Order: sequence, then structure tokens, then C-alpha cells
Amino acid sequence: MHSWGFQVDALDVARWQFGVTTVYHFLFVPLTIGLSVLVAILQTLWHRTGNERYLKLTKFYGKLFLINFAMGVVTGIVQEFQFGMNWSDYSRFVGDVFGAPLAIEALVAFFLESTFIGLWIFGWDRLPKRLHLAAIWAAAIGTNLSAYFILAANSFMQNPVGYRINPDTGRAELTDFVAVLTNKVALITFPHTLAGAFLVAGSLIVAVGLWHVIRGPGGADTDAYRFATKFGSWVVLVSAALVLFTGDIQGKIMTQVQPMKMAAAEGLYTTESPASFSVLTVGSLDGSREIFAIKIPHLLSYLGTGDPNGTVHGINDLQAQYATQYGAGSYTPIIPVTYWSFRFMIALGMAAAAIALLVLWTQRKGRAPTSRWLLRAGLVMPVLPLLANSFGWIFTEMGRQPWIVFGEMLTRNGVSRSVSLAEVLTSFTAFTLIYATLAVIEFKLLVRYAKAGVPDVTPEPAADDDAERPLAFAY
Amino acid sequence: MELTTVWFLLVAVLFTGYFVLEGFDFGVGMLLPVLGRDDRERRVLINTIGPVWDGNEVWLITAGGAMFAAFPEWYATLFSGFYLPLLLILLALIARGVAFEYRHKRPEASWKRRWDTAIFVGSLLPAVLWGVAFANILRGVPLTADHEYAGGLLDLLHPYALLGGVTTLGLFLTHGAVFLALKTTGDIRERAGALAVKVGAGTAVVAVAFLVWTLSIRSSGAAVVLAAGAALALLAGVAAARVRREGWAFTGTAVAIALAVATLFAALFPNVLPSTLDAAGTLTATNAASTPYTLKIMTWVAVVFTPIVLAYQGWTYWVFRKRIGVQNIPQH
Repeated sequence: MHSWGFQVDALDVARWQFGVTTVYHFLFVPLTIGLSVLVAILQTLWHRTGNERYLKLTKFYGKLFLINFAMGVVTGIVQEFQFGMNWSDYSRFVGDVFGAPLAIEALVAFFLESTFIGLWIFGWDRLPKRLHLAAIWAAAIGTNLSAYFILAANSFMQNPVGYRINPDTGRAELTDFVAVLTNKVALITFPHTLAGAFLVAGSLIVAVGLWHVIRGPGGADTDAYRFATKFGSWVVLVSAALVLFTGDIQGKIMTQVQPMKMAAAEGLYTTESPASFSVLTVGSLDGSREIFAIKIPHLLSYLGTGDPNGTVHGINDLQAQYATQYGAGSYTPIIPVTYWSFRFMIALGMAAAAIALLVLWTQRKGRAPTSRWLLRAGLVMPVLPLLANSFGWIFTEMGRQPWIVFGEMLTRNGVSRSVSLAEVLTSFTAFTLIYATLAVIEFKLLVRYAKAGVPDVTPEPAADDDAERPLAFAY
Repeated sequence: MELTTVWFLLVAVLFTGYFVLEGFDFGVGMLLPVLGRDDRERRVLINTIGPVWDGNEVWLITAGGAMFAAFPEWYATLFSGFYLPLLLILLALIARGVAFEYRHKRPEASWKRRWDTAIFVGSLLPAVLWGVAFANILRGVPLTADHEYAGGLLDLLHPYALLGGVTTLGLFLTHGAVFLALKTTGDIRERAGALAVKVGAGTAVVAVAFLVWTLSIRSSGAAVVLAAGAALALLAGVAAARVRREGWAFTGTAVAIALAVATLFAALFPNVLPSTLDAAGTLTATNAASTPYTLKIMTWVAVVFTPIVLAYQGWTYWVFRKRIGVQNIPQH
């Protein structure tokens, strides 16, 4: 049950804090995941061809990557601490299962990422070229690996596997770690999340490149920007295809393991076979019945089950079934939130792909794009898949409600009992203020460095004395 | 050895690694306004830790993750119980981490000044609060029979805990000064070395008082030996700094911090969070632990990956082993 009144308790604030800090953290994660690999590819191209334009692009997008990277790192620490601080009963309940992927993530992936990113940033003149290239790849691999462990942990909350409930303690205990790591939800969510991340990273590369192609002074570097624009557009198109492909499989798995989430995504109130896909459904405010709908016949059945006449269970039937199974109470997520976040996720992600197509079309056979409208579309482009990522997470986490671990623990039972409303209000306010301030600073810095354009890469004249030589990079 | 003991040791090792490594990062951050007289000097200070601070901080994230996985009850009770101190530590680490990356991104003096403040405060707060937190872990906190923290913020701020805060503050300042003397050239090196001796001498007094107080609260044979070792290592480190044997001085402060942390864990064992309220609330390495199966898997992962991590992190320090000075700071 969600309350619409003004009475706020520590649980509500803890949930808002988790939502705000997680969505905020994930504004930086997609760029870190995507750009680490794309910058590594650009540096590899330079390494292979010796063409200076790739070096310029590596350094240029590398700077934007690092401005973003710092934010991802510092907001990530909050995430790990927050489980214990605000969700201590959840942590007690799942620690045996859920803690392991988090600890392994830190040891196996995050050390790799953080150590090698330092080597890459400061190592331009300290490492042989090949090793320096290996450093960015190691950081990129660490970043992507990190995503896997986090998603495996999250997938346990969506579809708990590889565990048993200890009847004496009432806690979840790990019985099969391989099952946790190969959770079918994790296996499909990982490529979906990665593809979504590359959608954002590719879009940023296009936006910045296009701005310089259209608004820039022309000259020698235009060639580099044009390459970047096309490179980014292809990344976006390939990622969009992968997002659709993996999202389709995800939908089918979701229909099996979290049928309520699928029904909530669709605002499907009664069980249908065949089920239609809702393009637009308006439901009543309490989310119990539909008022108005536009639908495509058979599509939902196909998306959910792979069979155009397959049965898709409706919210009302699932609610009744869960009430019998788990006891009286509401097991229905907030339908307007799941319904709309699901649609925004798809629409915004695909809009970025459409713009990428347009960008490629205007550059076909060596043509140069000049349109101010195209420029505007290009500039909003990175925001679209970024928001699509946010909506995707809002959907997947809100669609899991009221469960914190599906079928095993309700969110309201996971919250810290010893943390007062005043304490959680303090932390929520503090995080919101510092995050808002940093968001403004970060955005302005990104714009500043995006406008500054590719750097001059002429090597500094070698100093006679090595000890007097300025650092290739310094804070 | 019981797997719970192995993991108690591993968590202790991870926090030890964290305090030894980020200890000097915090020290450098706190010394920024003291030793950095102009922008170029401050950049020298920041760049001594530039390539490594992020990797050093991962020790904390790994320690937290290990605690969560191996001792969920400990992690849950501690993190929810120490809510406000941990919040302050998080905010400090956020401001400080971003400051390192953003400080040099704009030329304006006002911009740099703000980030310098963030680095200073963001280093000072955790340097004090980690001492307060670990002193409380050792002394014990009010816990109910079902392991919930039953105290408030003020229950964490008693004289012993505050002395713990001053001790870590002093240790990290000394460690940072010694590190700077080891990693810089010219004038900064001289001043850092001189400061290390002064701060180190004062810290030795505070640290000995704290360790004695610690052993009077709870103790074991190993804890006494470790505490004595910590005190000796600190004195040796300060003495080495006096005669400008900077490598030895750094070894001394690093060993002193490691042994001081080890003292706390040795005195604590087999408890992980004693209760001052209901004895049934006391968390131990056994009743706070995960199942043997989880611990077994985690042990294998740790056995395989910890040496790899140590190897590449050690190599990073080797790559950036050269001293730097104002002459190495680029104009832009």
C-alpha cells in the first residue's frame, strides 16, 4: 500500500534517498562503462595506424570521460554503505548471498579499474606506449566486469536463486554461488545494461563531434570530428539494436519470473490470451482498473511469451494469487510509475537511434552537415538515452515493489530500525544538496571541455635533465 | 583455522591496508594549506598522490564489501548504528575525491581555493572520524539482544573515542608529512620533513596514551605486543625523519599505523562489536558470520585475487616512484 497523505516516516525517506542516490549514481555509470571502452578503441586505432587524429580524439574524449568518472566513483561508495546504513535488516537477511558479489566486485573489478585508470591518466610519459594502451583496456575491463557483479547482486533481488531460507534464523543462505552468478535475469540484464550504456556514450561522442563539425572554424581538426560523429553514430545504432534484442528476451524472462512487473509495465489488469500491447492506457488513480486504452492486438502475448496467442497474466489475477500465497496485502507496484517509465525508457532510447541515423544520412558520401536543427537534435541526443537508463532503473526497481527480494522480503521489512526519521532526513537532505551542487559543476565542466575541442598533440621538446621535465599530466 | 577467524583476519588486513594507504592521502590533504604556500606548491602536494588515491580508497570499499559478505550482522549493526559519523565520512570522501579531479580544471584562484577547502575538510573529517569509529568498536556500544544499536550520536563521543580520533588524526598527519618528504624535492621536502618530526613527536605521546587506554579496556597477549611494536615503529619513524632517512621514516609510520590497527583487532577478537548494554547483543566473529559455504567461496576468491591486486598496485607505486617538485608542474 502506498500512502498519498503527507505523513512521512523513516521508511519513505530511506526509499527516496535510495532512489535519488541510485538514479544519480547511474547518471555517471553509463558514460563510464561506454566511454572507457570507446576511448580505449580510439587509442587502439592511434596505436595501430599512427594517425594523429585518433590520438587527439583519445585525449579529448578521455578528458570528458574523466570528468564524468570522478563523479561515478564518489557516488558509488554511497551505494555500498547505504545497504548497511539504511537497509540493515535487508543486509542481515541477504548478506550471506548478496554480500559476496559486492565484495568480489570490489576485489576483482574495482581495484583493477581504479588502479589502472590512475596509471592511464598519469602514465602518458611514464609507461611504454603498449603498456599505456593496456592500462586503459584494463580499466575498461574492470569497469564492465564491475557492472556484472553489481547486476548479479541486483538480479537476486528480482529473481532469487541459489539460496535457501534457514528455518532457525529466517535468513537467506547461499547454497549455489554459480546459480547466483548465472541467474538468467543477470545474464540478460548485463548485455542490456551495457548496450544502454554504449547508447549514452556513443550519443555523447556524436553530440560533441557534431557541434564542432557544424559550429567549429573548420580547418585541420574537422576531419577528426567528422570521424567521431560517424563512429559515435554507428555505436549508437549497434547499441540500439542490441538494446532491443536483449530487451525482448528480458521481457520474456520477466513474464516468467516477475509476471506482476510485466503486467505493471503494460497496465494489463485482466489476464488475456492473446494479450494486446498497450500503446497508451489510462488507468484509475488507485491503479485497479483501466479507463481508456489504445492497443496493438497479439503484440504483448508475443513480447511476453514468444507466442502471439500466449497467456499474459493480469494485475488483478496476480494480486489475488499473491494474496493467497503470501497473505493479505497489496502486491501491486504503483502502476502509473511502472507503465510510464517503461514507455519513456523505450521511446527515449529509440529517439537517440533515430537521430544517429539522421546524422549518418547527412554525412553520406562525404557530405558535410550544416543544419541548425540537426545540431539541436544532436545536442539533446545524449540526454535521451541517459534518461532512458534512469527510467529503465526506475521501472525495474519500482516494478519489483512491494518486494525488496521478490517473494521473500518486503521492502518495508528491510529498513534499518535503529535509524530515526531525523537521521535519514538529514542524510537525504545532505546527499540531495551536495549531489545537486556537483551536478551543476560537472555539467558546466563537461560543456567547457567539450567546447574547448581536441588538444594539440605536438610532443613537448625533450628537456636535457629528466628531473626538470614537466609531468605529461598533472592535477 | 576456522574460516570465521580467517575472515576476521582478512577484514583486519583490509582496514589495515586502507589506513596505511589512505592514511597518507588524508595527511597530504590536511597538509595542503600548511605546506603548500602557493598554487604550484599545492599542485606538487596533490600530484604526489594523484595517480594512487583512487586505488587506495578501493581498500575501504573492499573492506566494507568483505564485512558485508563475511559478517552481515556486523556490517548491518555497525553501519546503521554509526549512521551520522559514516554520513559525514561519505560526504567528506565525495567532496575530496571530486576536488582532486576538478581542482585543476579551471584557472580561477577562487575555484581552486574552494576545492582546496574541500580537500582539506574532506581529509580532516575522515582522519578524525575513523579513529572515533574504531575506538567505539573496540570499547563496545549499546546493543539490544537482537543486535540493534540502541544509543544515539552522543554515545559515540566519549573521551576514549575522542582520543582515538586525535590519534588517527596525528598518525595520518605524520604519515602524510613523511610521505611528502619522501616524494618531493626542494623546499617542500625540507619543510615536510621538519613538520613530520614535530607532529610525530606529539602524536607518539597521544598514540601511546590511546594504546594504553585501549589495552586497559580489553586486551590479549598479542595486542600488548602489537601495541608496543606500534609505539616503537612510530618512534623509529620519527627518529628516521629527524636524520632525513625518508624511506625508513615512511616505513616506520606505515608499520606504526598497521600495528596500531592490528592492536585494535587483536584486542577485539573474538568479538567484532561488543555490547555495553545487553551481553546477548555482543557480536562475535562466530555469531555475526555468514555460512561456511559463503566463507569458503570468498576465501578462494581472496586467495586468488589478493596477490594479483597487490602486485599491480605495488607496480603502480613503482611506476610513479620519482620525486616531484615545482619544476615538474606544467604551466597549464
